[in-house]
Amino acid sequence: MDLWQIVNRLLSRSGAGSKEIARERLRLILVHDRASVSPELLEHLKRDLLQVISRYMEVEERGLEIELASQEDTVALVASIPIRRVKRAVKVAPV
Amino acid sequence: MGETIVITSGKGGVGKTTATANIGAGLALLGHKVALVDADIGLRNLDVVLGLENRIVYDLVDVAHGHCRLKQALIRDKRFEGLYLLPAAQTKDKTAVNPEQMREICQELKKEFDYVIVDCPAGIEQGFRNAIAGADRAIVVTTPEVAAVRDADRVIGLLEAAGLNEPKLVINRLRPKMVRQGDMMDIEDILDILAVDLLGVVPEDERIIVSTNRGEPIVQERNSLAAEAFRNISRRILGEPVPLLDLESNGNLLVRLRKMLGLG
Ligand SMILES: Nc1ncnc2c1ncn2[C@@H]1O[C@H](COP(=O)(O)OP(=O)(O)OP(=O)(O)O)[C@@H](O)[C@H]1O
Ligand SMILES: [Mg+2]
Repeated sequence: MDLWQIVNRLLSRSGAGSKEIARERLRLILVHDRASVSPELLEHLKRDLLQVISRYMEVEERGLEIELASQEDTVALVASIPIRRVKRAVKVAPV
Repeated sequence: MGETIVITSGKGGVGKTTATANIGAGLALLGHKVALVDADIGLRNLDVVLGLENRIVYDLVDVAHGHCRLKQALIRDKRFEGLYLLPAAQTKDKTAVNPEQMREICQELKKEFDYVIVDCPAGIEQGFRNAIAGADRAIVVTTPEVAAVRDADRVIGLLEAAGLNEPKLVINRLRPKMVRQGDMMDIEDILDILAVDLLGVVPEDERIIVSTNRGEPIVQERNSLAAEAFRNISRRILGEPVPLLDLESNGNLLVRLRKMLGLG
């Protein structure tokens, strides 16, 4: 926001503009829209997740569940991944 | 060989037909041969916006079904050299043509014209499928409102799924004053959310309603920011790098003052 906008904001009677609200609502709506249009996307994500996690632990592939859980003002990726066994020594690539 | 551009939106009433008429006339003013195709079958509008409603003999459906030749259905706009209209049928419905027929018609028009501009109906059903069938590129029109931008996002996804990659965005009916007050999403907000390239921004302008009443595209008018915006959009379609309009330059006294003093 530049100075000009701030001055205008201070002078306007309506207080905080409704645009922030619009932008935030839109952002959330699109997270839902974009996620819900493709069940394939979740499948791909599942596959990739499994690949990464299996480097560290043995997981129960069939029990894996992921979903987008929406609360009022956030959307979270919730994954439930049953573990069979954690590997003893994991080679971690240097960061 | 010319190029077919489809003008879409998802949400209805955001300015597709207005944009089609003005971009078409704008390209014609720049010396190009342009065919406008009204693909909104059953809700024919483009003829009225262009003031050509009394000259229709044949329409898109007649051409698709072989009731006349393509040339017979094309209406020449006498005011804009090189501008032609292929009107929609008013009494049929969207199933009266199919995507294959649309593709053929666009293909044939491209042999004659530099640009074929297709005015898409609202929605994402068959009318949309028909309208985009023959397109080489796409323009998405939105207004700075939540519902319109949301539908634009959906349409961008559908266009890309149909192989029309990187559609360009036109933001219509922007009100600089409301943006300044923080009561309307600005250009950056919308581009950020949709992640597409901007083709142009057209301000809210009462004179668009006046020009539509008269059946004359606004694009040729002087002293109208909306007209200038459409002229700039036409030039950008040709590949010219035209800077964005300063939408404040007319209305706001302070901005005008700043300009006069060389500060703006
Ligand atoms: N920049 C503008 N300023 C003021 N009025 C505008 C502007 N753009 C469009 N309008 C008006 O908005 C209305 C809808 O425009 P238009 O018919 O072009 O939309 P559309 O997207 O083609 O609608 P539909 O989805 O029904 O085909 C018209 O009355 C038009 O005059
Ligand atoms: Mg229309």
